[in-house]
Amino acid sequence: MKHLLSAADLDRASAVHVLDTAAEMAATQAREIKKLPTLRGRTVVNLFFEDSTRTRISFETAAKRLSADVINFSAKGSSVSKGESLKDTALTLQAMGADGIVVRHHSSGAPHLLATAGWVDASVVNAGDGTHQHPTQALLDAFTIRRHLAGRGAAGAGASLDARSGVGHDLTGLHVAVVGDVLHSRVARSNVQLLTTLGARVTLVAPPTLVPVGVEAWPCAVSYDLDATLDEAPDAVMMLRVQRERMSAAGGGFFPSPLEYSRLFGLDARRLAALPGHAIVMHPGPMNRGLEISAEAADSVRSVIVEQVANGVAVRMAVLYLTLATKES
Amino acid sequence: MSSGTPMPSDGTTVLGAPEIARALTRIAHEILERNKGGDDLVLLGIPTRGLPLARRLAQRLADVEPALDADTLVGELDITMYRDDLHRHPTRTIGTTTLPSDGIDDKIVVLVDDVLYSGRTIRAALDAIKDLGRPRAVQLAALVDRGHRELPIRPDYVGKNLPTSTSERVQVRLAEIDGDDAVTISQPGAQEVAW
Repeated sequence: MKHLLSAADLDRASAVHVLDTAAEMAATQAREIKKLPTLRGRTVVNLFFEDSTRTRISFETAAKRLSADVINFSAKGSSVSKGESLKDTALTLQAMGADGIVVRHHSSGAPHLLATAGWVDASVVNAGDGTHQHPTQALLDAFTIRRHLAGRGAAGAGASLDARSGVGHDLTGLHVAVVGDVLHSRVARSNVQLLTTLGARVTLVAPPTLVPVGVEAWPCAVSYDLDATLDEAPDAVMMLRVQRERMSAAGGGFFPSPLEYSRLFGLDARRLAALPGHAIVMHPGPMNRGLEISAEAADSVRSVIVEQVANGVAVRMAVLYLTLATKES
Repeated sequence: MSSGTPMPSDGTTVLGAPEIARALTRIAHEILERNKGGDDLVLLGIPTRGLPLARRLAQRLADVEPALDADTLVGELDITMYRDDLHRHPTRTIGTTTLPSDGIDDKIVVLVDDVLYSGRTIRAALDAIKDLGRPRAVQLAALVDRGHRELPIRPDYVGKNLPTSTSERVQVRLAEIDGDDAVTISQPGAQEVAW
């Protein structure tokens, strides 16, 4: 695997392989000495054209735990803000000898361009591009779901969990509801692809205004009614962040009011209680408590939101290992 | 069983199941003798074939010293992430590392591998151990020592010294993985990997 640009790059076997590798990486993170010498001498550049502190820190932690040298490149305050092109930035990184480039860009397709234009030899990992893809987020979500639910059947929660729970399994037979702003969400797109590849069934739940055109072609069901979807007893409920600026008419007027959105599509105590006993609650963060998710749901024992962050480091270690450990000539 | 003479390319069996069993029994006794019993012993098998060898050794130790529990003696040490040749080969699948529940601090760790060759696997294993804890001592047991060391590493316990040329290929087969027990030596055209 030279690059990771999209969740669609992975077939079922390679997705399970990435998750299994992540499980071994997660197991090393329970040790007193968390650092491994695996990528010693490699340089990873975090090239962030769009602010995202948590994704950058997650990639930075992952690279450092593998002993790679990390350079953080933020577009703000750099020559990019003075008009430098992606190509010139790439040529600069190539000249500096970057082995891996983790790129976050506001334009869909920028990582693909970087990987295929011939400007750099480095491996390119997509850390989110526009409204297109965020494959490592989908992998960490799949990893979290598998760790809790795979291989133990729909009623089997409660067995002790360790980092290797679910190793070797895919997500066959599981039902995941993805709730919220699907239209603007690269997390939703990547998750639909990857979870379906892994054998899970996905239902998108959103107001009609926040469902993208062409969703019929996606390998998932679409619902406009959260309560009806919860009646189907999904194994995992993934809440998506609603951008506050999209609530007003000035932001596009996607829904009439935050209160109405919260009543119709928010995960509150009543809906939490309606979930099956083994179901888990997920959120890619950062959360709007009281809007798409209530504090009670966010802090409940069902919530794996904090664990998702920890799993993110292990998954990104696995992706960096698989893309960078071998330098293909 | 001879050394120095060219072996036919289809593979000659140099150790059969009885010889492997006898070698492991002898190594088990040597381990107990050198360490004055089995207290604080941990056997770390290096996947793939070091692990079943470690399990067999642990069983023999427990047979001799009934106070020992074979299951709690054995751990598994994957060294993939500590290799110094990762960039030269296709990406390797990372294996599992599991230690006995008491860990390895202040224990006598016996590394167990099937073939000792360049010594680089053991170098990586020593690095991995350093990150896992601080054993009182680390010893090395290998079923076959075929020579050609590239590092100043020597085994404490050897099943069979097998002087080879670098072009020869030594293969260990174990019942747990391959269905039968045998050590064969052959002369393929392909270059043996230095690990």
